[in-house]
Amino acid sequence: MKPTTFREISGTSTGYYSLLGLLGLMVAAGLGSAYYMEHNGHWVTGMSNQVVWGMPHVFAVFLIVAASGALNVASMSSVFGKTSYKPLAPLSGLMALALLTGGLMILVLDLGRPDRLIIAATTYNFKSIFAWNMILYNGFFLIVGIYIWTMMQRKMNKYSKTAGFFAFLWRLALTTGTGSIFGFIVARQFYDAAIMAPMFIVMSFAFGLACFLVFLLAAYKWTGREIGSYLVNRLQKLLGLFVASTLFFVIVFHMTNLYITQHHGVEDFILSGNNVYSGLFWVGYMLLGTLFPLAICYAPAFRASIGWTATAAVMVIAGGLSQMYIIIIGGQAFPMDLFPGKEVSSSFFDGVVATYSPTAPEVMLGVGGMALAFAATLFAVKILRFLPLSLADAKVDPHHSTQG
Amino acid sequence: MNKTEGSNQIDSYRRKLLGGGAALAGAATLSSGVFFTSVARAKPDAEPASSEVRWGFLIDTNKCVDNCDKCVTACNDEFNLTGFGRPETDAQWIRTVTLRDKKSGHTTKLPLMCQHCAHPPCVDVCPTGASFKRPDGIVLVDKHICIGCRYCMMACPYKARSFVHETITNQKEYGPRGKGTVESCTLCVHRVDKGGIPACAEACPEKAILFGNLNDANSEIARRMASEGSTEIRADLRLDLGVRYQGI
Repeated sequence: MKPTTFREISGTSTGYYSLLGLLGLMVAAGLGSAYYMEHNGHWVTGMSNQVVWGMPHVFAVFLIVAASGALNVASMSSVFGKTSYKPLAPLSGLMALALLTGGLMILVLDLGRPDRLIIAATTYNFKSIFAWNMILYNGFFLIVGIYIWTMMQRKMNKYSKTAGFFAFLWRLALTTGTGSIFGFIVARQFYDAAIMAPMFIVMSFAFGLACFLVFLLAAYKWTGREIGSYLVNRLQKLLGLFVASTLFFVIVFHMTNLYITQHHGVEDFILSGNNVYSGLFWVGYMLLGTLFPLAICYAPAFRASIGWTATAAVMVIAGGLSQMYIIIIGGQAFPMDLFPGKEVSSSFFDGVVATYSPTAPEVMLGVGGMALAFAATLFAVKILRFLPLSLADAKVDPHHSTQG
Repeated sequence: MNKTEGSNQIDSYRRKLLGGGAALAGAATLSSGVFFTSVARAKPDAEPASSEVRWGFLIDTNKCVDNCDKCVTACNDEFNLTGFGRPETDAQWIRTVTLRDKKSGHTTKLPLMCQHCAHPPCVDVCPTGASFKRPDGIVLVDKHICIGCRYCMMACPYKARSFVHETITNQKEYGPRGKGTVESCTLCVHRVDKGGIPACAEACPEKAILFGNLNDANSEIARRMASEGSTEIRADLRLDLGVRYQGI
């Protein structure tokens, strides 16, 4: 294995500028939507006093979870010593930062008072897991930033393993924090579960790697750089492993609820209700986001196929967004059980399933955040040396033999 | 002012104070059996709320009459909670809830508002500390540092909070509200601090809502809770609620 040569992409083609322009337009549309929502107030969205977190949060939480997961490829080399992933480590760190930026942009712009961001950044209630998350997000930028620096600055290389180890621990804490935002909510039946934290960690592995793969494979395809079947195959199997692990946690989560009589109502609602959540669970998450990608990742017919691996990654992203929609919106739509054993009615929608229809501005803000993450990565690989010139088998496979 | 004059003046103050105190004590003794809802003492503005007091409600649902929403109207009037004709996003600080037993069909009606928990989940989750609990048990939102994240609304087990979804006009000076922030029942803190009782309790024609100091064993509310019993909504959460119910 020879040392990897990293080079900026030329980024002068019409295709590059078109893509950057398109992503830029999406970001602009997101910002415009945020202004529209803030100016008029949230009544112009689908959100209400019943469903207080909507589509922006689906995208934001997905991106924040994916951010910590995108760092995994770097952790595979620095923490777990898998040298074939080492050439991908700088891009992995970059995407982690870009995805977190996109997610936080959405979260901040959806606040009722985004102008008070300075208060959120300076006034902390340390019992709040939300406040802890703000510290974890800021720390993530710092630690991953340092990690990237140790990887890209030659004389700092000797510290990169240590930095990578800390970044790995920090990312575990970050996703634990994100999962606990829901895990700590005692009021609602679908939340209030300690398994939320590890489930979010495993989901982050899958969602983050999927986002990473979409960018990596598209970048190598469109720049004409070589990516060998050894690496594609390994990444494909890794994605499959993460998707299967997520499925395991999802099954445990639902099985636990199905065991507890008190939670049967909400489980029926999510798994077998005549509603969008059940549809998203079985079609969006299970079929599109889990079974199809698993088939692609493990069936010999698709082995090391760049196109099919990218397709599987896109499906995992779609499944991930479905999963977030089910957790965030579905968990709120199901009525709270204030009076067990009673039928409840009021002018404030007690006892009834809350309705929620996302509006265009909400979706545009969410898509805008996602576009920002990809646009930032696309721009960064043009100005800095994040991408290896070649990921051919000879460059990354430790057992590659030229005689073979 | 010389020393003698000063002493005389103090003596006259003392006499007035003692006389006033005696009159007040007499009036209190007489009124305790008559005005059973007036139990709050005016708190000077400079004096912080005391943890020796725990304000709360005892709500007798047996007295709650069908088709009556005077408590709701009183609250809406007190804080100008005029809606925009959009029930899903309009603020409701207090609402009447009808319960129907699934087996027996027995129905109960009750007013539901912020339960002013001793361990409020909204306060726990608020990232900036905008959700806070006064030492006297009243749970409030500091509108100056609320960033509008709505995590408190996710966390409240009683669905007691509303988010201000649009521009507000005609606010009351004692009840500031603002687009993009979260709000809920203040237990009419502006009245309570002046020795009054909350608007809903005052408006209830059936006296179903009793306001008082839960910490004072001699208060009407504490005596009735001791003698007649009371329940908390979702007592399993062990939040030690300031609002107690009878008849559910």
